[in-house]
Amino acid sequence: MTKPSSAHPRPSPPTAPPTTPTPAPKRSFRWPLRGIVANVAVFLILGYIFLAAFGSFLVPYGPNDVSAGPRLSSPSADHWLGTDALGRDQFSRIIAAARPALLSATYAVLFALLIGTAIGIAAGFLGRLWDGVLSRIVDLLFAIPEYLLAILVLAVMGSGLINASLAIGIVTIPRFARIARGSTIEIAQRAFVDAARLCGRGRLWIVFRHILPNIASPLVIMTAINLSTAEGAYAALSFLGFGVRPPDADYGSMISSSQQYLLTDPWVVAFPSIAFVVLVLAFNLLGDVLRDRLDPHTRTAAGA
Amino acid sequence: MTGKQTLPEASEDLRDVVLDVHDAVKYFRTRRTSLRGERAQVHAVDGISVRLRAGRTLGLVGESGCGKSTLGRLITGLDTPTSGSVQVGAELRDVTAGAGGRVQAVFQDPASALDPRMNVRASVAEALGGVGKAEREQRVDDAFAAVGLPRELGSRYPHQLSGGQQQRVCIARALIARPDLILLDEAVSSLDASLQAQVLDLLERLQRETGTAYVFISHDLRAVRQVSHSMAVMYLGQIVEEAPADAFDRGLLHPYAVALRSTEPGIFQGEEGIERVVLRGEPPSAVNPPPGCRFAPRCPIADDGCVQVAPELAEVSTGHRVRCHKPGELTLTRAVHADSATSGAADLGGEL
Repeated sequence: MTKPSSAHPRPSPPTAPPTTPTPAPKRSFRWPLRGIVANVAVFLILGYIFLAAFGSFLVPYGPNDVSAGPRLSSPSADHWLGTDALGRDQFSRIIAAARPALLSATYAVLFALLIGTAIGIAAGFLGRLWDGVLSRIVDLLFAIPEYLLAILVLAVMGSGLINASLAIGIVTIPRFARIARGSTIEIAQRAFVDAARLCGRGRLWIVFRHILPNIASPLVIMTAINLSTAEGAYAALSFLGFGVRPPDADYGSMISSSQQYLLTDPWVVAFPSIAFVVLVLAFNLLGDVLRDRLDPHTRTAAGA
Repeated sequence: MTGKQTLPEASEDLRDVVLDVHDAVKYFRTRRTSLRGERAQVHAVDGISVRLRAGRTLGLVGESGCGKSTLGRLITGLDTPTSGSVQVGAELRDVTAGAGGRVQAVFQDPASALDPRMNVRASVAEALGGVGKAEREQRVDDAFAAVGLPRELGSRYPHQLSGGQQQRVCIARALIARPDLILLDEAVSSLDASLQAQVLDLLERLQRETGTAYVFISHDLRAVRQVSHSMAVMYLGQIVEEAPADAFDRGLLHPYAVALRSTEPGIFQGEEGIERVVLRGEPPSAVNPPPGCRFAPRCPIADDGCVQVAPELAEVSTGHRVRCHKPGELTLTRAVHADSATSGAADLGGEL
């Protein structure tokens, strides 16, 4: 009651920002996250971010260095996770692949979030003809099989990290657009939107000050869930050869180039697969945790 | 259109008039039920004319679905009329939502009228778009003081306030732009009885201080009557009776208004014994309103003429207009006398 600034309807973000400039040194730092799952997810993701940022200083060998060791050697003291068919150090390559993995998922989801939310809000808020046209476009996008559409985009634009992310982003747009549209329609009929209109506020003010803050929760949940989906999609495209250019490391391409050794030297497939699955799992857990925290009703199986 | 100019008040002077609704009509098209089917129209508001002067309150009552909320949206400019005009302000300009904040509204549910993600101070300041920061802060402080809210509550969010406090915040937001007219759309219906009285007192005091005109929409006759200078009773998109407050107390003339009034227990002292006129059935569909008097199908005193010919809104005394072929034939009667003098009326009530 006496401290209104901390009494805020939004759950605190993972890293608590100091909202008050006043020095409050008495209180020791408190880890803001409760629950094992939440902590594991955040810990894993932070770990991958760390590897993506500083991995190049940690790797014992150059990730593309073909003379790092003998071909297809088993895990050993020299090569902790063995070497691949060209004698490259698997441990170094797995660390190097963290960066494109994280970047692709982030780019794709940010792109979809931005465009999808804009389309969804426009459709939901402007209504009528806008809603009809935009919703039909989104339906159309939804109707095309995702990978087919992504590969089509890549065939036109060429492969590479940015293009693959963009392709995944495009096929992810409808999910964000639908969530944003539905939430916008629900918020736009509330009386405070009418009150804002009577106060002489324009559409842009209403969208940015009233609609967006109120539809943020489902969008954040969608973002977390789609990070894992996008990560999986990027690995699949990379497996098919649309990811980063060889010889740079990528989980998908590492799996695809080693699959012929699956029966004789299983670790060359196993280790990049494990690294990939753990990352996707971490994103999934984060999405679940956020949904539990932000959406107490869990009324929509978002993304389904 | 020109034919309607014969309405008695058309010749009156427009001094102090801040709301002039002229023959406003609002139809909503229903959804098509089949591909070839015609789209029917809901006659939500069907030819309403009212005027309101500064510092006065018009009470608007009627049952659910009679179009009173649609009329409210027309008055605020949140919807535009299908035909007719709604003019507001001292200059009587056509209303558009938000133009200078000349018309404000207080809605039924304060919890939904306040943005849950915005602190209430920011909500109140919303109408002060082009106002400088220092003046804005001052005026928000003043508005908080005017509605009796402690300044410290400003940094709270709506869910941290009680219902009464939330409604005060809404009133502060409506007042702060110094509007000509405030629409009170069921503004006290969601509050409990003691809070209702508080908020109504607050609204009356603020009106005396600021001279703002109110349009008070409600299905709760008692709350409306307490603050209104004149009353209008709506039925199926039309005003059936409009009366100054004292005439409303003294004698209502339209059977529907009488029925509505008779079901409200004890608006005034010594009224407890009023015979209730209980209406049977539902109001007719607003998609195809009956050709004659719209109230005829439920009216206890209707005859063949009522069913065939639609009555006009006619003035019976100054400011008292009624839309009925037989005004005054059904009146409020005391139950204590029902056994003798007014048994006929009681029988009519029974056979509905």
